[in-house]
Amino acid sequence: MATSESRPYRLLGGRIPYVEGPLKVTGRAEYTDDIQRPGMLVGRVLRSPWPHATIRAIDVADARALPGVSAVLTGEKYPTPFGVLPITHDETAIAVGKVRYIGDIVAAVAARDERTAEEALARIRVDVEPLPDYPDPESGTRPVAVPIHARGLNGTNIQKEVVQHFGDVDAAFAQAAYTARVRGTFAGVTHAFTEPLVTVAEATPDGRLTVWSATQVPHYLHRALSEVLGIPLHRIRVVKPEVGGGFGGKSDPLPHEIVCAALAIETGRPVKILFDREDVFYTNHGRHPTKNDIRIALDANGQILAYDIEATIDGGAWSSFGTVTTYYNGVLSMGPYRVPNFRYKGRRVYTTKPPSGAMRAHGGTNLRYSIEVALDELAETTGIDPFDLRARNALPSDSTTVNQFHIGSTSFLACLAAARERSGWDAKFRRLPYGRGVGLGCGFYISGSNSPIHFTPKMPQSTVHLKVDMDGGIAVHSMQADIGQGSNTLLAAIVAEVLGVDLDRVHVQRVDSDVSPIDLGSYSSRVTFMMGNAARAAAEELRGYLLDAAAELLGTPVGELEVGPERYQRRSDPSSSVTFLEALHKAMERRGALTASGSYQTRPMGGSFKGARAGTAPAYSFAAYVAEVAVDVETGEYRVEKIWAAFDCGRPLNRLAVEGQIEGSIHMGLGQVLGESMNYRGDRLLNPSLLEYKIPMPQQMPEVEILLVGADDPDGPFGAKEAGEGPLIATLPAVGNALYDALGVRFPELPITPDRVLRGIDQRRAKGVAWKGS
Amino acid sequence: MSPSAPVRFRLNGQPAEAPCEAPTILLDLLREQLRLTGTKRGCDLGTCGCCTVLVDGRPTLSCLTLARLVDGHEVTTIEGVSPAQGLSPVQRAFVELGATQCGFCTPGFIVTATALLRDHPHPTRAEIERAVSGNLCRCTGYRKIVDAIETAARGGT
Ligand code: FES
Ligand code: FES
Repeated sequence: MATSESRPYRLLGGRIPYVEGPLKVTGRAEYTDDIQRPGMLVGRVLRSPWPHATIRAIDVADARALPGVSAVLTGEKYPTPFGVLPITHDETAIAVGKVRYIGDIVAAVAARDERTAEEALARIRVDVEPLPDYPDPESGTRPVAVPIHARGLNGTNIQKEVVQHFGDVDAAFAQAAYTARVRGTFAGVTHAFTEPLVTVAEATPDGRLTVWSATQVPHYLHRALSEVLGIPLHRIRVVKPEVGGGFGGKSDPLPHEIVCAALAIETGRPVKILFDREDVFYTNHGRHPTKNDIRIALDANGQILAYDIEATIDGGAWSSFGTVTTYYNGVLSMGPYRVPNFRYKGRRVYTTKPPSGAMRAHGGTNLRYSIEVALDELAETTGIDPFDLRARNALPSDSTTVNQFHIGSTSFLACLAAARERSGWDAKFRRLPYGRGVGLGCGFYISGSNSPIHFTPKMPQSTVHLKVDMDGGIAVHSMQADIGQGSNTLLAAIVAEVLGVDLDRVHVQRVDSDVSPIDLGSYSSRVTFMMGNAARAAAEELRGYLLDAAAELLGTPVGELEVGPERYQRRSDPSSSVTFLEALHKAMERRGALTASGSYQTRPMGGSFKGARAGTAPAYSFAAYVAEVAVDVETGEYRVEKIWAAFDCGRPLNRLAVEGQIEGSIHMGLGQVLGESMNYRGDRLLNPSLLEYKIPMPQQMPEVEILLVGADDPDGPFGAKEAGEGPLIATLPAVGNALYDALGVRFPELPITPDRVLRGIDQRRAKGVAWKGS
Repeated sequence: MSPSAPVRFRLNGQPAEAPCEAPTILLDLLREQLRLTGTKRGCDLGTCGCCTVLVDGRPTLSCLTLARLVDGHEVTTIEGVSPAQGLSPVQRAFVELGATQCGFCTPGFIVTATALLRDHPHPTRAEIERAVSGNLCRCTGYRKIVDAIETAARGGT
């Protein structure tokens, strides 16, 4: 249940059902796979069965000769490297010269139907010379015989190394009263969105290319297509139909999207590539398998003196967002506590496995788990309650961290207070019987990146266009990408709020690069904050035209008018008013259809050292979660019964969506604790299916009590901050620490499977350590 | 390729007939041949529930069903459980309570829930959870889905 609060806005702050809901519940919403084009061919890719090998030759003659095959492509036709980050272009649409993991794409075909395409793939002969494989990131930190990429650091497989030191960590540890160290191990996990990856492309005789794709970031896809295919941006049209979930897995431009477009160009026919689940698992870009080593120093009063952090991150075959990942695994420790001394050494290492990338709460999750477990240990050592320990160290609003992040608003203390009170913490912590426990975990996340991938840093990160004609319907264009989180709904609601009109006047148009102004899409929890500010600015411009017209009709100065429901009225006498349509038609006499444009750009921020901008954001979200667990100590099975989720997203603008994001985040975070894991034997992925990679079932979802306690953020649209990714992070340590309260056992390794629970119980007993009388 | 007799069945209350090769899967017949795209393909392996349709009223994974097996039977898809105008009570509850986010799982849930509520007009939460446990949703955490089905059973929001 959300806390109630007074409502200064007509729509915002309420529960606004998603605008495309009626289409989705009737099966009428159009996703990429629902698109059929005349004469459309089926595209298929051939995947490498070798983890690392030089390609000596590919013989495609038999495949080409098969009737019904329109094109067979290999890597050298479009060898231009690409990648989501401009500084690490190390992918190609199809392997060139070598393959780098089991699942790497070596060839592609377009054929009249699926069966012909499959048969064509079976006729392609690839001659390779196997190379040593490197499934393990640790071994890749030293020089290797054949580096996976030439750009690996000094003959190693290290893709990125970050070393940062602020203050004096060694001196802080020397004077510490207490220290704790947690060495965390985290299996890789993946997004498991329900809609598989899918792209449709069509090249037309006017020299233009249209690509429909299940993407979170249409703009980055647009750019990658242009770079690799050598077609100027303005001759490529990228369309985003409805997208069936992304969670980061549809944020990189992906090879199959480029392959699909290339096949369309080769054949002159529309082509669809629809991936099956195995393809999706091999494409991956999920959360990195990680090992971290976290040391925390406290003074005698429980003040944090220093963090000393190391992380080794298993990148898989490509860079993807990896440079950002490497920074984030250190610098996202800079909240919600004040940390005066900080040292970080992080390495992301290429391995011959499916690439890892950005997944919901990218870079913040594994790091946070180890920190919060270490703080739980320190609370126990010092005898300070876990809530008090965290409250004592909370960063204040409008402060600067040691690495020069500016913390605008924080309601972290309110999160702590709400979670403590509502969960009944003081009556439960260390007081529940053996096998039951409560745990506290906290979180902190960026509300949009201040350092996005863009043409120039001065370009706006979001732009929204509005157009209203005589019918009074308001068309909204923006490249923000609704992937189910409700951003179209929020965009419509902001426009309706500012103009004072009914929500059904506002129609958010499908993302289409021909007409949508650029917004950087759905990643880094940026949409509400950035698109929201842009939408507000656009709507305010439009409102200005309407108020001018209303003032003219009423013979009043504009300053005396206010916005009423579907009308503009005198503040002193609301009965003196004109309707929205009257004002609109008056305004149109001078201008024709009204158009307006609003944009948003973060202001400059962060230090001037190398990597200073990584993690800088215009605002940050905060969280404090309590989990209550019940363990069957005979089987090691456990149930998370309830989570009290206190979250600071500033002002929640659509409570329905914020709750949905929090509940969905908890489900996903819980998956990583309960058992989700990309399992490998060497570099072979063992469980590329939703049968063997299990996301939590409905029965495994705990009760969730949502406590939205944020105060307005000064820079957020209507006071809002992000709620899309931050809500995942606190889930994991809350459960880990609750298991400790239940059993007296620490679990530094995720997932926490029942056999690990049993082993932990046995080891504790073997040591003769009693816990809650057992 | 083994051509065979067309499959004849009732589809969403109307007689239907489609040419059908022996190995054709019901999901392909519905989506590719008959262009009923409301039924979604999430895995093709019986693991996600996105492709759920009713065969003789029973929730059935169309990706695991040979099209020929529905010959002489009654198939109802999401298009068939949706009223011509407006929404069914369970659809309305899904919209109003935010039980659909990305929406890709939603047709499968609606079809499953429609059958559940027809047979058990007043299910418990546990019964609802059991009924939908073959349907994956990665967005909602299921809570609002179960709430919506419960709400529809109670007669709406
Ligand atoms: S598509 Fe049938 S269960 Fe997934
Ligand atoms: S709403 Fe996205 S998978 Fe259920």
